[in-house]
Amino acid sequence: MSIKESFQMKLVSQAIAFLLFTISPAFAVGEVTTYTLDNGMQVVVLEDHRAPIVTHMVWYRVGSADEMPGKSGIAHYLEHLLFKGTDNLKSGEFSEIVAANGGTGNAFTSYDYTAYYQRVSADRLGLMMKIESDRMQNLKLTAEEVLPERDVIIEERNSRTDTNPNALFGEHRNALMYQNHGYGIPVIGWRHEIGQLTRDDAIDFYKKYYAPNNAILIVAGDVNPEQVLELANEHYGPRIPSDAIKTRVRAQEPPKRAPVHTIFEDPRVRQPYVIREYLAANRKTGDQTEAAALTIFAELLGGSGVTSFLGQRLQLQEKVALNVASWHSATSYDADTFGLYIVPAPDVTLQQAEDALDAALLSFLDQGVDQAHLDRIKTQIQASTIFELDDQESVARSYGEGLTTGLTVQDVQDWPKVLAAVTAKDVMNAARNVLDPKASVTGWIRAPKEAAK
Amino acid sequence: MIKLLTLCTAILLAALPVRAEINIQEVTSKSGIKAWLVHEPSIPMIALNIGFQGASTTDPADKLGATYLMAGLLEEGAGDMDAIAFKRAAEELATSFGFDSSRERISISAEFLSENRDASVALLKAAITTPAFNDVAFTRTKAQVMSIIARNKSDPDELASGAFNELAFKGHAYARPYRGTAETMSALTQDDMRAAHARTMTKDRLFVGVVGDITADELAIMLDELFGDLPENGADLPTPITFQASGGTTVVDFDIPQSTAIWGHQGIHQKDPDFFAAYVMNRVLGGGGFTSRLTQEVREKRGLTYGVYSYMAGYDQADYYGGSVSSANERIGEAIEIIKQEWKRMADGGVTDAELEAAIKYMTGSYPLRFDGNGQIANLLTYSQMNDFPIDYPKNRNSYIEAVTKDDIARVAKRVLRPDDMRFVVVGRPVGVQTTD
Repeated sequence: MSIKESFQMKLVSQAIAFLLFTISPAFAVGEVTTYTLDNGMQVVVLEDHRAPIVTHMVWYRVGSADEMPGKSGIAHYLEHLLFKGTDNLKSGEFSEIVAANGGTGNAFTSYDYTAYYQRVSADRLGLMMKIESDRMQNLKLTAEEVLPERDVIIEERNSRTDTNPNALFGEHRNALMYQNHGYGIPVIGWRHEIGQLTRDDAIDFYKKYYAPNNAILIVAGDVNPEQVLELANEHYGPRIPSDAIKTRVRAQEPPKRAPVHTIFEDPRVRQPYVIREYLAANRKTGDQTEAAALTIFAELLGGSGVTSFLGQRLQLQEKVALNVASWHSATSYDADTFGLYIVPAPDVTLQQAEDALDAALLSFLDQGVDQAHLDRIKTQIQASTIFELDDQESVARSYGEGLTTGLTVQDVQDWPKVLAAVTAKDVMNAARNVLDPKASVTGWIRAPKEAAK
Repeated sequence: MIKLLTLCTAILLAALPVRAEINIQEVTSKSGIKAWLVHEPSIPMIALNIGFQGASTTDPADKLGATYLMAGLLEEGAGDMDAIAFKRAAEELATSFGFDSSRERISISAEFLSENRDASVALLKAAITTPAFNDVAFTRTKAQVMSIIARNKSDPDELASGAFNELAFKGHAYARPYRGTAETMSALTQDDMRAAHARTMTKDRLFVGVVGDITADELAIMLDELFGDLPENGADLPTPITFQASGGTTVVDFDIPQSTAIWGHQGIHQKDPDFFAAYVMNRVLGGGGFTSRLTQEVREKRGLTYGVYSYMAGYDQADYYGGSVSSANERIGEAIEIIKQEWKRMADGGVTDAELEAAIKYMTGSYPLRFDGNGQIANLLTYSQMNDFPIDYPKNRNSYIEAVTKDDIARVAKRVLRPDDMRFVVVGRPVGVQTTD
């Protein structure tokens, strides 16, 4: 991470749900092969024969935004518990087998998905499938494992959130943005609810959502697609599909009727800043144009530091900002956000910073798109189709994220073309739509008593 | 169940670890600049990784942070380009640059398409050899670094490592905050930037790793083009130092619900004949993964932490053996006690046959996974040269691991682990944990 990035990211990445902004989340790399097993499990194979290594991932179409009220954190808790025993493996043995085969692995949970992965020598793919498919349906949990793991998660929450005012601020703002939707609840869960989660909660969630017809297998690396299919049929084929898997229906947001403004104070804050998010269109199957326009808009507005619109104006000309940025979280199952922040220069108040930001946004809407900048972004999109060949794992993740947020393989492959087709007019239309004050949450973070100077 | 386990065992026994099959060439330019190259033409791109050794350790005491700020300014304009012109030029080429500076290394990375090679190299050369350090960029970037310095004062990890380094390397460059203090940073001038550039970015401190679509002959020319104009010699590097802190505990009061602890004592050098035995031992003790003793005892059995690790760490001129853990204020005392017990248990008893076998299988089998992508490999090439590894190190490294025996570890554990010398630095409001001296 560069010095400039560490300046930006450390401050704010904990404060927003996602800052995994990339201009080009997925491209049709080398060879992509897809199948669906008889039990409904989707399979995606990405070939990269440069080294005899494979990444093996299973993604479930369930995340924290699918949790029952009062059970926040159960999706993530269950993810931890999947490393305990099954009918066939004793507790911890999963990780021992992966390690003893020279593999690394882990798992992650988000609002829309839960995923498990290993990286290992390509000749161990069958073994990874054997143990991963085992824990898809054979999990066995005992009380003596479940309780210490809940304490581990409390400590994880301590480390990630409770010791960090920026992360607490992010939680607070999300809760204000989403009045009815699960995106307003932290993935790791509210502390008071994590402490009440039980073994039965985990088992119920597991039985409801862990089935082949709710899962996607992604294999990337030095493999032959036919062999992958054969192995997948052998290991995942016997897993029994569940009738309980239905289209995901979540509580949606009511109409937004008024802007929200909040001031978050914490004595640990050393650098105050203003951050604002607007509810924004996400990528939808067969209809990614608006999300693509917003992604390009974010890049033009504040995606590239000093060459972006806000960077030039607020950092270089007006000198009111130490830093500015904008981003769009495009890949999500339900509407996500478009965000902006401004870190005021010394002696600039939060109010002055927010006012300068608002004035700059109006100017952008007034002036329109700088075509030369748009062209440079298009050049980078084009080039990233080549750079991505060198980063198989991120391509694998793009498929996983896409396919667990309602997109198809075709949508994922179309995305760079959709981005490349965005016009200046598309950007301006999307910008006018998204910058609706009524659908916004603006937050100030500062230390207490530091009255806005 | 039986069937599954039998199959696993069979596979474990039958398969040999994958070897890292990368072919590294040493390339020397006409003027004598060296680089390591992996020629990988399958993707029309090139990844470059450049390291300058020494970096902030050469900052004069009253100019602390000069090198860090200087490195941050390398992307803020060069030659007759200001920050915007430089960045736009990179965007037009779809070339990405990374500039970073840690305590004793300036790191520069670049990735560009083959078709844009010459223009990208010209741009990078400008950043490396003729950075502008102009007024506007200097003032703005300095304010950004001042903000980083201010924020680090409320970051538990930064507070812990700062206090730890002060104790461990008392009186040495390693004890100082390499980003500077608010006082030293605010006093820096543009002349200080030029001085920092001249003392740190020199040919004698330069290490280069290159991976991608470029031949050795082409690279030789590129090296002279990129670095030929740099000064020959940089400032002296610091002298070696042994671990200065005695065994004990230092508490740094900070109002947070969870305490962060780091610990350490004297370690051994990577060239020490016992290094690989100690390295394998550390994998078993706390070197990562779910299977280590520390993770089992502190996390899995008792739920005291999200992560606990031990590591053989060090700087170019200092070696220490240490670790880190975070636990709720009420529970950190218990976590520390268990860590001390495990340190002693390993020192007294070494590892079991099963632990040794599992560690060797993991360490040898996972080694090729590190060679993942051109940028990652270029970074490894630079790192290896900075640590003075032989060029065939990746080919032979697994055989050093495989040669380690249980008896080696029993002997080395006694030598290397010093349970009575562990110095813990704890940041938070730990319950029942006090500063001992």
